Amino acid sequence: MRAFHRPLLLALTALTFSAAAFAGEIRIGLAEALTGPASQYGVPIRNGFLLAQEEINAKGGIDGNRIVLVEEDERGKKEEAINVYKKLIFQDKVLMVFGPTLSNSMFAAGPIANMARVVAFGTSNTASGITDIGPYIFRSSPMEADVVPVTLKAAMKHLGLHKVGIIYGNDDAFTKSGYDVFRQALQAQHIDVVDTETYSKGDVDFKAQLTKIKAQSPDAIVCPCLSEEGANILIQARALGIKAPFIGGNGFNTPKLLENAKTAAEGTIVGSPWFDGNPSTANQHFIAAYRKKYGADPNQFSAQGYDALFIVAEAIKKIHLTGQTDRDRQALRDALPSVQFAGATGHFAFRPAPQHGGKTGGYDADQPPFVYIVKNGKFALLK
Amino acid sequence: MFAQQVVNAISLGSVYALFALGFTLVFGILGVINLSHGGIFMLGAYAALFLITRFEIPFWTALPLAMLAAGLLGLLIDVLVLRVLRKREAPHLMPMIATIGAAILMTSLSQGFFGSETRRFPLELFDQESFSWGPLTIPVLQAGITALSVLLMLLMIWVLRRTRLGQALRAVSESPKAAALLGIPVERLFHLTSFAAAALGGAAGILIGLSFDAISPFMGQPMLHKGIAAIILGGLGDVRGAVLGGLFLGVAEVFAVTFLSSEYRDALSFGLLFLVLLWRPQGLFGASATRSA
Repeated sequence: MRAFHRPLLLALTALTFSAAAFAGEIRIGLAEALTGPASQYGVPIRNGFLLAQEEINAKGGIDGNRIVLVEEDERGKKEEAINVYKKLIFQDKVLMVFGPTLSNSMFAAGPIANMARVVAFGTSNTASGITDIGPYIFRSSPMEADVVPVTLKAAMKHLGLHKVGIIYGNDDAFTKSGYDVFRQALQAQHIDVVDTETYSKGDVDFKAQLTKIKAQSPDAIVCPCLSEEGANILIQARALGIKAPFIGGNGFNTPKLLENAKTAAEGTIVGSPWFDGNPSTANQHFIAAYRKKYGADPNQFSAQGYDALFIVAEAIKKIHLTGQTDRDRQALRDALPSVQFAGATGHFAFRPAPQHGGKTGGYDADQPPFVYIVKNGKFALLK
Repeated sequence: MFAQQVVNAISLGSVYALFALGFTLVFGILGVINLSHGGIFMLGAYAALFLITRFEIPFWTALPLAMLAAGLLGLLIDVLVLRVLRKREAPHLMPMIATIGAAILMTSLSQGFFGSETRRFPLELFDQESFSWGPLTIPVLQAGITALSVLLMLLMIWVLRRTRLGQALRAVSESPKAAALLGIPVERLFHLTSFAAAALGGAAGILIGLSFDAISPFMGQPMLHKGIAAIILGGLGDVRGAVLGGLFLGVAEVFAVTFLSSEYRDALSFGLLFLVLLWRPQGLFGASATRSA
């Protein structure tokens, strides 16, 4: 028995080793929320990544090496993001990690990658301070703090804003930080806030708050909300006879809003890093390929995921992979900041995070946002 | 503005009331806090959504069919979970915890099947119109929901008070053992109650899905919290109490927003709940500490 087993085992081991060597795999971690409430962002992101992986590998990979995405579900939870990060970095020994989906989770898991000297690359983290974690933290998602002032300026020019009402969810880190950013930008541009109202996660009836806002007759209503609540808020505002247009944050940035709110969304102004009507060939190719693969329309999150893999591919092309995990990880970290790329979201470059007290931070996205307005049930560029 | 806020309060309250109706019925008869009610509420909405969008069945046919589906689901939970625990004479906490499990199962399964995004019924299904009356705007659908929850409440009170079935149900709620000795088919009545309560829960999900953009696997949980508050306020197991408790909660929330600030809305309405319980542990409308269906 023994004599029979050993050669078999040896053969098997040899087979697996040679298979790995022959394929020339570049293993990259992908930690996104694939289940749970945050999966509405995580799943489109993953879809974008898989599409990019397919396209890169179909063209022979990177210098003949195949990209393999090691997917893990972090469920939109901090603890789970930490676990998944540890698995990908220490067990799977991936070259770098994409994700996690929510800013909250990046605050929790990012430090692990930073300490292990592995690039952690967020494509959907928009909260301020993410890249303060350390020099190994990258993101391709522009901060709300970058997008909102541009949105407001365009809205001011278009509407002649003097006073606005605000409604937002105060029990969610994302909408709360969106609110803070809006409040600062409104202050900087000397726009009066006549009424501020809040709601909680899971609310469906906003008529009490909207009735109060209506009584102040603002020029516009600022709503740094997620699209689920956003659609309800728009519909109920119109039902109450509120005519003022809405100005949204990152959460309004999805075709779902128009699908659910229909005519109630008319006139809404939003800033976004991605514009589906952007006629560039890269973008039109992305939209067509995504529709073909998934039978659904892509959104901003899938576009950012799709672009992110190409951005990293550009960096990998510049380095020489040695097969030594630590050295390759460091080489990638050093090559990434100088990558420039024109993809579905337009021209992209990195920008070093502002330094705080001598600590070196990571890299933020340097990408001008698009501002659009809902016209005839479609997002149109606001000139 | 005040008059409009009163209208808002009633319309919000009747949504809570409608949900609380089935919830309180199960407690009144079975003596179980059925925490899977939120899951049934959600699946009722999905059932109607699928009947209407996939099979293009008109709404007035889809509504009873989806209620039937929700009812059967409630019956299934009763047969598979609650009956087993009843047989073992498990203490009160056990069925409550078992139904939490059922709720989590339903949420996760529907997330897998339907995806986690929020959906709604096709907007063209109903006129999204509101009628104006002076400075007031009243969405037609909301008025319909309010009328329906009052109607269902009256129907249930009538059944419980005036029919032989109701008499039997009240006997069961007094003491299942004594009722069984008197020849009342207790187990069948338990099944019937679970079925009816779940059908009502499904109806609530459908109606809320109609008036709000709110159908998602997670829609049950926040409503469950409000529902628990409503039935405790009204007096556990009391049908009138569930409706009045729901309305009371709606009024408290809306007035907190109107006169104080939306920041303090939940603090105020749940603080009020706390005070009411200190003052009247049996709830605002519960006659005494004993159950009354």
